[in-house]
Amino acid sequence: MITFTDVTKTYPGQKRPALSGVSATIEDGEFVFLVGPSGSGKSTFLRLVLRETRATSGQVVVDGRDLGRMRGWRIPKLRRGIGTVFQDFRLLPGKTVHENVAFALQVIGRPGRDIRRTVPATLEMVGLADKADRLPEELSGGEQQRAALARAVVNAPRILLADEPTGNLDPSTSVGIMKLLDQINKDGTTVLMATHDSTVVDQMRRRVIELSNGELIRDQAQGVYGYQ
Amino acid sequence: MRHALTELFSGLRRNASMNLAVLVTMWVSLTLFGLGVLVTQQVDLIKGRWYDRIEINVFLCTPATQGENCTPGQGTTDAERTAIRAALNGNPEVADVYYQSQEEVFAEFKQTYADSPVLASMKAEDMQDLFRIKLTNPEEYQKVVAETSMMPGVQNVQDLRQFLDPLFEWLNWGRWLAIGASGLLLLAAALQIGNTIRMAVFTRRREIGIMRLVGASNTYIMLPFLLESLIVALGGAALACATLAAIQQFAIVEKAKPALQGFTWVGWDHVGIAVVWLVAVAIALSMIPTLVATRRFLKV
Repeated sequence: MITFTDVTKTYPGQKRPALSGVSATIEDGEFVFLVGPSGSGKSTFLRLVLRETRATSGQVVVDGRDLGRMRGWRIPKLRRGIGTVFQDFRLLPGKTVHENVAFALQVIGRPGRDIRRTVPATLEMVGLADKADRLPEELSGGEQQRAALARAVVNAPRILLADEPTGNLDPSTSVGIMKLLDQINKDGTTVLMATHDSTVVDQMRRRVIELSNGELIRDQAQGVYGYQ
Repeated sequence: MRHALTELFSGLRRNASMNLAVLVTMWVSLTLFGLGVLVTQQVDLIKGRWYDRIEINVFLCTPATQGENCTPGQGTTDAERTAIRAALNGNPEVADVYYQSQEEVFAEFKQTYADSPVLASMKAEDMQDLFRIKLTNPEEYQKVVAETSMMPGVQNVQDLRQFLDPLFEWLNWGRWLAIGASGLLLLAAALQIGNTIRMAVFTRRREIGIMRLVGASNTYIMLPFLLESLIVALGGAALACATLAAIQQFAIVEKAKPALQGFTWVGWDHVGIAVVWLVAVAIALSMIPTLVATRRFLKV
């Protein structure tokens, strides 16, 4: 589903590469943790998958498409197949939960009939059916992240990228979000989650890819956050 | 499409004062630009189809004309006409000679005075036929004028450039002043549009960020901004068109035409041409800065 082949990314004006010679393959339906301290290259890894930036050298292939050679006008189509959630939720403040989720479908031109059917079902799935008409500011952090997750998966993406999704949440709330991510993964979505929340990683026991200073230093099935 | 329209109206409202500033600048600059186009057409009309080809008109006598070389009560005879033509053709200073018969002159006259009561009382026989002359060297007109005006059957010799050039000089100044001032104002309008859109994109950067993330196309994201600029520019263009139409109606149709008959004035068809130009400029000037302003924000 996602293949990195000897990928190096150096941002303009910087000497040290953000990613250096990284190779990894993530299969369809996998759940993978991307761990490492701040500045280790986790975010760059995710940005490369979204084609927000291009590899300086090496090859990034997502869902069979070589992103280095992808033309600009094809990028929207790529992103329609990838859901993304962030540490800071990024919900639109003036819109209700329902509107926030519907927005993701409206802006890619999905008909209103589809939207009216899909959005309530997705809100039901993330457990926010009764809060559809609330504004983000009226929700707790965990609920906001659920709303963000609903927006990320409402278009049934094949890949879900999560950048520190539990970073702003307390441990018990994080558990709920992780259960949801696990559920989404079991429904067939490939999940790639960047985190430095060791508790979460240790509990889940999934594949762990560890980055340090831009290099891949560990790729372990059913791993934990740190070395044992 | 509904999204684009909703966004368009909220954008127009949100940036109301900026959009108003653009509208007014567009209005004034496009009016000046339209006036420049009209003056250009006015100059071309006065020049007619002869000005760029000839320098001297040699008018011949009719029974009604008076002149030193005319026989009263009798027009230029065919023999005199042939002699004049031969003399002109033989003159080394003369490059080309065109003859216009009374019928041809009358045809032009009818066009010029199409809506004048004078036309009804005129016939082809009242027209003076004439030779139109192109010189090898337009500076050397005096000798040819002197020689030709002595010939029998010649009523009057008119040096066209001496007569028209000062007028053209003024009109040209007016035209360049209008176009130059409109150019500066249009530049200001284009920069204003760029700034307005940049601010609009900035205030909506969250939405745009999400749109890009979930895979909205660039066209979808940019359409409301393009429409916003376009509507403001077209609003300015509409006001400029109305102003030009008012100038045409009140200054030219009602004042200048009755005051200066026999002079070809720009008509509504010429205003139409100016309007087409003005709308084209308005569209280009709204689209280009918008594309430039949004491009930087939408770069992936």
